[in-house]
Formats: sequence, structure tokens, C-alpha cells
Amino acid sequence: MNIIVCVKPVPDPEKYDLLKIDPKTKSLVREGVRTIVNPADRNALEMALQLKEKYGGKVVVVSMCPLFCQDRIKVCLAMGADEGYILSDLAFGGADTYSTSYTLAKGIEKLGLKADLILTGQESADGATSQVSSQLGEWLRLPHLANITKVEIDGRLARMKRKTTEGFIEYEVELPAVAAVARGCNKPRMMTAAGIVKLRNKPLQVFTKAELNAEDSLIGLAGSQTTAGNLIMPEMNREARPIEGTNTQIAQEILAIIKKAGIAV
Amino acid sequence: MNIHFSEEQRLLQEAFHEFAKSEVAPNAAKWDEEDRCPTELFPLMGELGILGIFVPEEYGGVGLGHTERVMALEEIARYSGGLAMFVFTHQLAMSAILEYGTEEQKQKYLPELCAGTKIGGLAVTEPGGGSDVAGQTTAAELIDGKWVINGRKCFITNSHVADLALITAKTGKDAKGRNQFSIFLIEKGTKGFAPGRKEHKIGLRGSVTGDLVMNNAEVPQENMIGRQGEGTAAALKTIGEVGRASMTAICVGILRGCVEESVKFANERIEYGKPIAKLQAIQFHIAENRVDYEAARALLYKAATLKDEGIPVTAEFSTAKYFATEAAVRASKRTIELMGGYGNIKEYPAERFLRDSISAIASGGTSEIQKIIIAGDTIKNFS
Repeated sequence: MNIIVCVKPVPDPEKYDLLKIDPKTKSLVREGVRTIVNPADRNALEMALQLKEKYGGKVVVVSMCPLFCQDRIKVCLAMGADEGYILSDLAFGGADTYSTSYTLAKGIEKLGLKADLILTGQESADGATSQVSSQLGEWLRLPHLANITKVEIDGRLARMKRKTTEGFIEYEVELPAVAAVARGCNKPRMMTAAGIVKLRNKPLQVFTKAELNAEDSLIGLAGSQTTAGNLIMPEMNREARPIEGTNTQIAQEILAIIKKAGIAV
Repeated sequence: MNIHFSEEQRLLQEAFHEFAKSEVAPNAAKWDEEDRCPTELFPLMGELGILGIFVPEEYGGVGLGHTERVMALEEIARYSGGLAMFVFTHQLAMSAILEYGTEEQKQKYLPELCAGTKIGGLAVTEPGGGSDVAGQTTAAELIDGKWVINGRKCFITNSHVADLALITAKTGKDAKGRNQFSIFLIEKGTKGFAPGRKEHKIGLRGSVTGDLVMNNAEVPQENMIGRQGEGTAAALKTIGEVGRASMTAICVGILRGCVEESVKFANERIEYGKPIAKLQAIQFHIAENRVDYEAARALLYKAATLKDEGIPVTAEFSTAKYFATEAAVRASKRTIELMGGYGNIKEYPAERFLRDSISAIASGGTSEIQKIIIAGDTIKNFS
């Protein structure tokens, strides 16, 4: 059972107050903000590690990220992944989900690994598009499912439980397949000290554009099918308005304000 | 000497921090309030490699050093000095077995201590005092091939939770007629051996402190750790280089807590229409907290690095312990003052920092004892 987990280093959500958006490039300015492994991707990695413990095989982590995020991939290896691959090249910069998923697909092809399952997190904490996983499935021409909370393997079939707004749907999917793992569906394990020491002997390789056999027109900004529109900064000023009257009148007035704001009560 | 952390050490620090933030921070105030020792966390700490980080892999450890050990203690103590106290006392037993035990003893005891499935402790202090090691009265007598031990140890951390305790006892006299001591490993359930009174401390609560009573406790001969008569030197070295390092690490964690909590409060508290962090008087408090933290941290990691290089560091750890414990008292009092009324409320950790710091001074030798050690070393080496 070989499992590839695609992970993305993202700015620490606890430090979002420090994030800025460059008004010209409309991209995030990440300098000075700590980077973490995307939380849903940690759920995907935990699922992969549990499947490996049950069915054997290996877990390989693939990430398209700048080289300064290399230590985040080491976190995945310290959690228990067997190998790590970083797809990093200036030419990959500015990628939207379309060119990101293409680059990941080319990276996975490059590994030459007969993978049974490719897992991603359901969505990233920064972009939150939830598109990369299904696009990756399309590039690789593999069946794909989103928002998965549980996977069980039965020969060449995988039984996957998908979370929906109403409940759950269970699917049977032929392997190999791609699945986006729902955030919070498990408790990702912590790095162990022994896991960190083992990093000394775990492979971590970087692939650049030249090694991926990727088409220039499909990678990075050039390959992106979407561009950021206008930036609209929300008005954050607060207005304090006293409400007077009896308790009942005040409560009714508050209720009216909430309804007027478009919130169903 | 390099006190910059390597990439591996930075990842370890991140791992320890992750553990402390998720498992320790949410419960630290509760453990303190209830004075409850969270023994249930031990297997997880064993699995993460925190307990046996300095123990070689062949005995179930991770095979790193004391630098990494105190890094973990700093992270834990940032949120709970009591838990850090519990952990390091366990490590005192491990360290003594590792350094003075036979191969059989290491194989027998260390794997379970590393895994956190057994809890250890080290007992030296007696009602007559802790620093006066030669004045101990607990005695062991060899009768019919077994050591029979009588005496009482007090102020012993992990007294009521330890599965095994290393105790010092008088085993004879040397050629000059001076008392000789040896170390014995006594397992829980040994006839004639039991915890006694449990103390109600002001600080470092959540770690259990109390008496251990030996009343004709029979211990097999193979349970002697180290050679007969070697107990005083072994106990002093373990306390001096592992215990004081740990007390320093606890106070470095508390000092970081003072820095972080004072900045957080100063940024959130609005007075005169702006955060009090904008006020110079408050900034001075924050700066002084930072200086105390950085200085204590530098002393700690310098001494730990030297220890990992195999250099004797008793004076270095006395220096670090003396400075860090006193600095932690200063900084936590300062942090309470910075917070005004809020500093006196238990919902904020500053008052706990102060209680823990005061308790840290007494453990492993008071500041006066540290100054005697530092002075002795200074007079010898700076003349």
C-alpha cells in the first residue's frame, strides 16, 4: 500500500494578523510570518500513516513550495512519512490551483512510484479553494473524492466515507484513487524526538522545473487560469450606538438589528 | 561552544512546544489548583521521547543529550513548572542508573522509565537537612544477604507516585571514620517501604512532594546502584549536574512565560486610550523581563552544552540555578505588578509563576548553597 500525501506549507493561522497582501501582485506577503503544515494536510498525513500501519507499504510526501519551507516537509517526515519530495522552482511561482495541481501531477509522475492512494487535505488554510485535489485527480486520470473522513482498503477497492452537509455518503472506489481528507477527521500525531533523529537518514529530494518534464505554458503564473480581481478592504471601523428603553424594547431592537444585517434568527 | 540550536534541535523544540501547548497549557492551572500529579501524561511523554531523550537507544531512549533534555523542560515549564518538576525528578533516577548502574540494571529499569510505564525518583534529603549529605541518618545493614534499610526521607518529589526510588543510606565508615553512603533502588511494594506524609506546597504544585519511610525495608544486594560507599559522590553529581540544570530550565521556562504574558497583557490592556505597551514605564518592565530571560537562558544552555561535551559543570549549573531562580522570582513579581489588579487573579498565570519560582529556590540547594559552591570554584580558579 503506497500512499502519496500532498502537503502545503501555509502561514500560521494564529499569526494572520501579521499577514499583508501586496496591492500590486495581490499575493500574500509572508515575510516574518511562521509557516506551518496546512492543518487539513496533517489530517491527510495522519490517515496515510494509519493506513500504512494497517496495510503496510510506505508514505511519501510531495509538496510544491519554496525551499525555505523545507523544514515543514521535515515535520511530515518526523511524524512518520518515509520519503519527501519538494517541487521548487521560481517558475512555479504565482500558480493558481490549476497550475499547482498540474505541477503536483508532474512531480508524482516523476517519482515513478506505483501509488495506490494519493491524499491531500480538503482545503488549505490560506487559499481555501478546495480545488487542488480534484484537479490532481483529473490530471492523473484517476477517480477522486472530496471531504473524506475514513478509508478502508479491500483488495483493489477502497471504501471511503465522505462528509456532506447533511451527513455521510459511503463510496467504493477502485484504486489507485485521489482523495481529499476532511480537516479534523482525526487527531494528527505529534512529531517524536526519535522521528526527528531518524530524519538524518530519510530521503528528502528537490525537483526543479527542468526535472519534471513540465510544459512552460501550464506551470506557475503563465499556466494559471485565474487572476486576482480588485482588492476590496472591508471597513473595520466600529460604531457604538446606545440603545435605550426597557429590557424588552432593547432586546427587540437588538433582534431587529441582527435581522437587518441579514442574519437569520 | 555554540549555543545556537541546530536545525534538528529547532525541530525538537517545535515538537516539545507542540506537546506543551496542546497537552500542558490547557491543564496547568487545574493541576496547580487541585495539586494533582498528571501521571496519565507519562506514557505519551515516553512515546514522544521526552523522558528518555538523553538515554542511549539501546536502553529505550533517543540517544541525544542534556541540552535537548533541558530544552524539553523549558517548554513544559513555560506552562507548568510542576509538571517539569515531576519529569526531571524521574530523570534524576534515570541519570543515576545510567551513570552508575550495572549493565543488568540499565537493561532492567531504563526501558520502562524511558517509556513512562514506570515512574522513578531520587531521595536524599532527610528531616535533618538536604545539603548536609554527610549528616544523613538513614542506614542500611547487610543481614543474611539482604540490605535492611531504616530511616525517613523528606521533601522527596514523586514520593507518592514513583514505582521505584533511588535512596541514599549509610553503609559503613571509611578509613578516617567518616560515614560512607550508598545508593539503593527500592521498588514500590517492597515490604517495610512506603510513602509517608504528603506536603502541601506553595509552588510547583502538581508535582508530589512528601516522605519516604523505610522500616526494616529489605532490598536485594543487586539493587545497589554504583559501588558501596560511592553514594555521596553519585548523589551530589546527579543533583549538581542534572537536578540543578533542571531547576534552571524550569525557571527559564517561567521567565519566558513572564516575557510572553507581560507582552500579551500590555498589548491588550487599554489605558488612557492606548495599549499600556506604549507606556515607557511598562516597557521598562518588559525589557527587564527579557534581560532576565536571555541571561538565564544563556547560562543554562552554555552549561548544558559543556555537560554534553563531558566537561564537569557543577559550578556552571550552580551559577545558572542561582541566577535563574532569583531572576524568575524578580520577573514574576514584576509581571504581577505590570498587570496591576489582574496580576493578583488566578485566571492569569503570573501569580503561579511567582509561587513556582519561590519553590524552585529551595529545590536542589538554596541560593546560599549555590553561592558557596560558586565562591569555592571562583577562589580556586580565578586566583
